[in-house]
Amino acid sequence: MPKDGGIGASSKRREDIRFLTGEGNYTDDINLHGQAYVFFLRSDIAHGTLNSVDTSAAEAMPGVVKIFTGADFEAVGSIPCGWQVTDKHGEVMQEPRHPVLAHGKVRHVGEPIAAVVAESLSEARDAAEAIVLDITDLPAVIDMKEAVKAGAPKVHDDLTSNLCYDWGFVEENKGAVDQAFKDAAHVTTLELVNNRLVANPMEPRVAVGDYARGTGDHTLYTTSQNPHVIRLLMGAFVLGIPEHKLRVVAPDVGGGFGTKIFHYQEEAFCTFAAKACNRPVKWTSSRSEAFMSDAHGRDHVTKIQMALDKDNNFTALRTDTYANMGAYLSTFAPSVPTWLHGTLMAGNYKTPLIYVNVKAVFTNTVPVDAYRGAGRPEATYQLERLVDKCAHELGVDPIALRRQNFITEFPYATPVAVEYDTGDYVATMDKLEEISDMAGFAARRTASEAKGKLRGFGVNCYIEACGIAPSNLVGQLGARAGLYESATVRVNATGGLVVMTGSHSHGQGHETAFPQVIAEMIGIPEDMIEIVHGDTANTPMGMGTYGSRSLAVGGSAMVRATEKIIAKAKKIASHLLEASEGDIELKDGAFSVAGTDKSVAWGDVTLAAYVPHNYPLEDIEPGLEETAFYDPSNFTYPSGAYACEVELDPETGHVTIERFAAADDFGNIVNPMIVTGQVHGGLAQGIGQALMENCTYDSDGQLLSASYMDYAMPRASDLPFYTVDHSCQTPCTHNPLGVKGCGEAGAIGSPPAVVNAVLDAMRSGGKDVGHIDMPVTPARVWAAMNG
Amino acid sequence: MYNFDVEKPTSIADAVAALGREEAQPISGGQTLIPTLKARLAMPSVLVSLRGIAEMQGISTDGQGRLCIGGGTLHAVVAKEAAAQYPALAGLAARIGDPAVRNRGTIGGSVANNDPSACYPSAVLASGATVVTNAREIAADDFFEGMFATALEEGEIVTEVKFPIPEKAHYEKFIQPASRFPLVAVFVAKFADGVRVAVTGASENGVFRWTDAEDALSSNFDAGAIEGLTVDGGGMISDLHGSGDYRAHLVGVMTKRAVAALT
Repeated sequence: MPKDGGIGASSKRREDIRFLTGEGNYTDDINLHGQAYVFFLRSDIAHGTLNSVDTSAAEAMPGVVKIFTGADFEAVGSIPCGWQVTDKHGEVMQEPRHPVLAHGKVRHVGEPIAAVVAESLSEARDAAEAIVLDITDLPAVIDMKEAVKAGAPKVHDDLTSNLCYDWGFVEENKGAVDQAFKDAAHVTTLELVNNRLVANPMEPRVAVGDYARGTGDHTLYTTSQNPHVIRLLMGAFVLGIPEHKLRVVAPDVGGGFGTKIFHYQEEAFCTFAAKACNRPVKWTSSRSEAFMSDAHGRDHVTKIQMALDKDNNFTALRTDTYANMGAYLSTFAPSVPTWLHGTLMAGNYKTPLIYVNVKAVFTNTVPVDAYRGAGRPEATYQLERLVDKCAHELGVDPIALRRQNFITEFPYATPVAVEYDTGDYVATMDKLEEISDMAGFAARRTASEAKGKLRGFGVNCYIEACGIAPSNLVGQLGARAGLYESATVRVNATGGLVVMTGSHSHGQGHETAFPQVIAEMIGIPEDMIEIVHGDTANTPMGMGTYGSRSLAVGGSAMVRATEKIIAKAKKIASHLLEASEGDIELKDGAFSVAGTDKSVAWGDVTLAAYVPHNYPLEDIEPGLEETAFYDPSNFTYPSGAYACEVELDPETGHVTIERFAAADDFGNIVNPMIVTGQVHGGLAQGIGQALMENCTYDSDGQLLSASYMDYAMPRASDLPFYTVDHSCQTPCTHNPLGVKGCGEAGAIGSPPAVVNAVLDAMRSGGKDVGHIDMPVTPARVWAAMNG
Repeated sequence: MYNFDVEKPTSIADAVAALGREEAQPISGGQTLIPTLKARLAMPSVLVSLRGIAEMQGISTDGQGRLCIGGGTLHAVVAKEAAAQYPALAGLAARIGDPAVRNRGTIGGSVANNDPSACYPSAVLASGATVVTNAREIAADDFFEGMFATALEEGEIVTEVKFPIPEKAHYEKFIQPASRFPLVAVFVAKFADGVRVAVTGASENGVFRWTDAEDALSSNFDAGAIEGLTVDGGGMISDLHGSGDYRAHLVGVMTKRAVAALT
């Protein structure tokens, strides 16, 4: 019997009423009195010496308020990087200056060179066309392996090379890993590319800067997943504004997928220019700008090898990855191919020895940073492709090989520094075999073949690490931030609650799911609880939302604050009921004295807290408001097994996804409908990466996939009806809700299943190509089939 | 976009006069031109809208039994109103772009633009249609002159397209996954006196007739008749979405499928 409220209920998303009826308040909906508009003149070449920027003609154009160039920001800080990686030699990474506006050089197509603030956007754009640039072209550095060769042109002249860092993990294991490969009965080697992606949230980025000359207060409205982080990074490191004079507001945000975590130049510019122009300054990204200025995702080139003993046990794994950083270090870019990738290389398997090498490389391309999954999809893809290749080389069943090597005892300490607290990989694989109807595959293949099509079945497992923590550990790993979360629970006099959370919802459904938790704890209706987020002025310092952390970390902070509320309310109730505090029980929104029929309602207690006439003033303060900060003791480890079934047209190479099944273990679940929706969205993006999406540059650094004419996004008709199951639940052991996070799983777990299925289909047609790179487009499949 | 004037004539004669203005640019559905203007890749001084000209609207049949479609007729209208007489053409129109495109875009605009990946030119060419302008009638074989190039003179407007109706016809499209324009599409039309095969999406010279296939199919209208026939990948478009050889291969596959759908 489904619940109709509280934890476990599929409560309808209350936020959807405003989103679906056009009543949302997005950043572009914010228009301030007297605002001016900025247009950024962006580089149309990938690499060049910026000799001069002549704005004299443009200054005289109609409507121009002020024109800024890189020279205006010489005294302003660099756009900061939030994570410092230490390389295998103990040296810190090379960290170039990242100017707000290009100065001295341009380093990628789309880099802002000048900014025109004008009365209207079209006047700003007209004036930008009158700016005269003198740029001397330099050879572009695009291919990562070429970029690190001796004598390659340097993206940053003041760095020793284009190599940001050369990371080895775990360096002490390297010798033992190499020895295991020498001793192996079988070695499988795979070289692959994890294709570069553009996140493409439905809402492009927007920034509105405001400055109050009378008070010296700055406000930035921005499309961010983490307004407190932006306030800290921009205030402390770029513009030198203390937090108490800087408010950052991220109102309704239309999708982020990671690309709205980062602090961008346009935010700093609008904040800076609002003061310089003494009027609000607004920037709204066009979709074309988004393609060349939003941080991209993925872009790894990897060689991975597995060593197995004669009984097909995995004995060692080693990987060698080139990770593209783009032209500058975006906020969390260095952490993605290292701590979010290397630590996941054990996957679901008890491989005893692992060594991961990652070379992070600067190129003349848009910066690359976290995108849904961030490092974990890259790890999962290479590992799960490799395991499939092992199975085919050895002539064993891919699922049996996986099962044989599964981790089965928990907690499990991997050789890559993390400890999985719980999981049951056998259970999710069993569930997958059931829900994917593996038994019926042979008949479905026969039916496809009767139509002249090939049919393939592919599986993969995944392990994810969510809610990256604890802060003291991530500090040792190079994070320049803590990774706790915060919540203030404010109970009003008549019993309603407001939760001010440091988490940020940009589509996830926090406004629905978070109240379900408190409703369960107190026993009151969900509609008595409101969630406030996204404004540094009225929420406690929080780290925002990414890495599937909101419920596991932010939800835990909310639980801790609510526990404090309940503890205090019990004291008040015990006074009102003239009973001992230890005898007070809270159930269904009422406090009662154990073993009696004496009780007092939640609302009477909350009223007493604010109208404290009959109140233990000598013992406790009036009011009912508590704050908690929660710093997890470990990551959470969702896991699962996915199966994809494709049909392949051998004449055209066209692949269609016919069936997709996902069996996930997310631990405890607060709202099953929202979880299902998160998996659906993740699968769409994972299938998009596997089949369609490809961000590509030519050798001159021109972005070839610069619009939807050439960048293929998955549409509803490209996707099947999914079979999604999350009944396998091994609750997280270290957070109060036992939850693990579900936001990224679909994007992490699906690409290898798709590619494994395509290769299976090709094999059934007599063509075993070993590997095919994503996206598996018709042209690539046809070329592989006919190669 | 840059500023421009807009004129909205109600007759072909007024439109031709308006197009005599300096830097004038005709606009029909604007499905190519509006994005071009928004990207500031064109700077006309005046846009002459052809959407208010009643004599360029709608579908009729002439004395020779040809289906005559006004140049300003929307794809959505062709999809609906040509379905009974020329289902292959209506089917083509029904799958151009998305509903928004089909309710703005026009046949005249598409034919005049001659995008190498547009759908309509293949139907016009395979049908042996006649393109009617304000000044003359041009046979389809003489109209399409290469990528984005046509026989139209400056200021000349496509006012109507007259389609002979084949005994049977089929349009087979393989889409480019991002734009959903044809990566390669083939329109096969079988007439009493022979078969015409037009290919769009593939060639660097825009829509073309695959005459080898036409000859083979004219003597034996069966998918097997073109087995072994190939087009040269050399002159084919090669880009992110497929090589010239892949496109050349798809020309054969799509042609076979179009014929198979009719036999």
